[in-house]
Amino acid sequence: MIEIKQLEKAFGDHQVLKGIDLNIEKSKVMVIIGPSGSGKTTLLRCMNLLEMPTKGALRVGDFQMTFGEGNVPKQKDILSLRRKSGMVFQSYNLFPHKTVLQNIMEGPVIVQRKKQEEAEARALQLLDKVGLKEKAQAYPEQLSGGQQQRVGIARAMAVNPEVLLFDEPTSALDPELVGEVLGVMKELALEGMTMVVVTHEMKFASEVADQIVLLDQGKILEQGSPDDIFNHPKEERTKSFLSRLIDPI
Amino acid sequence: MDDRSARLYHIFVESFLPLLKAGVEFTIPLTLVSFFFGLLLAFLTALVRLSPVTPLKLIARFYVWIFRGTPLIVQLFIIFFGLPSIGLTLSPFLAASIGFSLSVGAYGSEIIRAAIISIPQGQWEAAYSIGMTKNQALRRIIIPQALKVSVPPLSNSFISLIKDTSLAASITVTEMFQKAQQITARYYEPMLLYCEVAVIYLIFSTVLSSLQNRLERHFDLHSSNKGSRL
Repeated sequence: MIEIKQLEKAFGDHQVLKGIDLNIEKSKVMVIIGPSGSGKTTLLRCMNLLEMPTKGALRVGDFQMTFGEGNVPKQKDILSLRRKSGMVFQSYNLFPHKTVLQNIMEGPVIVQRKKQEEAEARALQLLDKVGLKEKAQAYPEQLSGGQQQRVGIARAMAVNPEVLLFDEPTSALDPELVGEVLGVMKELALEGMTMVVVTHEMKFASEVADQIVLLDQGKILEQGSPDDIFNHPKEERTKSFLSRLIDPI
Repeated sequence: MDDRSARLYHIFVESFLPLLKAGVEFTIPLTLVSFFFGLLLAFLTALVRLSPVTPLKLIARFYVWIFRGTPLIVQLFIIFFGLPSIGLTLSPFLAASIGFSLSVGAYGSEIIRAAIISIPQGQWEAAYSIGMTKNQALRRIIIPQALKVSVPPLSNSFISLIKDTSLAASITVTEMFQKAQQITARYYEPMLLYCEVAVIYLIFSTVLSSLQNRLERHFDLHSSNKGSRL
């Protein structure tokens, strides 16, 4: 579904991603973990070109792009690639001037030119799925963080993406609200949605992920099944990263 | 009532309607026309300044630099008294409208530009993530939020403009202040007449600024962010 080859990203002189190769298969869940500053969010944002990679190649669905010197990406290509995916943000980023329903319908109506009624029916269906049908007419500010993030998921789903990208979707939430968001994500995973998730929720990772990637200093340190990573880590640094998570002090 | 008071009272009443008439005929139309075109210009200039097209950006910056950096009355004099010498003669009202529009445009563009910049980056990213183009993001997501932010400062410009139109007196527009000067010349009661015209300006700006409250409430109804809470 997503194929990443020798992907590099630099901000000025600062090399954040140093040659990443990854394959994400259809209907699988990949969880990216790693210490802060390891480049995991940058990697995720490269997948829908919110960050433009400096080098390498990226394929999402059937759309391929290569990056490098003298290769200025065309707007048209950026849009084509971006429209294959949906994204859920750490800080939700709902549109505050639109109702919940309007937030979800915005992509289908404005970008995909769907009919109003059709988009509304689909939006209500998605809201039902995330358990917020009764909030259709509310404004984002009237919702709790967990509710806002569930709307964020519905909005990302509404454009029928081939893959959903999650950027630390529960990091801004109060602990008691994390569960409702992870619950929705788990359900999506069970339905066969292809997902790439950057998170610190190790329990979620171990239960839902098909593949875990540990990023460190802009490189893939280790990848494998949850069992490989959590129970039989090969690298010393993986062990020390995991032990810090379990016993932070 | 002694003679003096009676005379003042008489002049006050006598001049009220002519002053009001000058206000309704010139001050208010001049304000509304200039604000309308000024806002259009402000919008255009703000968008150009935020666009990636360098030559246009330079022109926009140059325009803002000139019109913010020179006195309004000098601009009016150039347009009305200066342009005829290069063959462009404008009516006083038209010259004043053009001058005020250009001034509102220059100041307003900075307000709108700041409002657009103040919308969090995450809003752009969310718009892009659902596949929007830059124009769609601007039109659907960024500008509606920026407009709301810019209502209070733009209202300030509007109220300033009502009062600034008195400068049109200096290029022979018979707006309200010009009228007050004429009546003063006849009766020689400057204290009375200038206070009287001040009162009428106050009434105008009070009425017109109630539009601001309406507008703010309008925007509040269309967004979750209900203002006025501390």
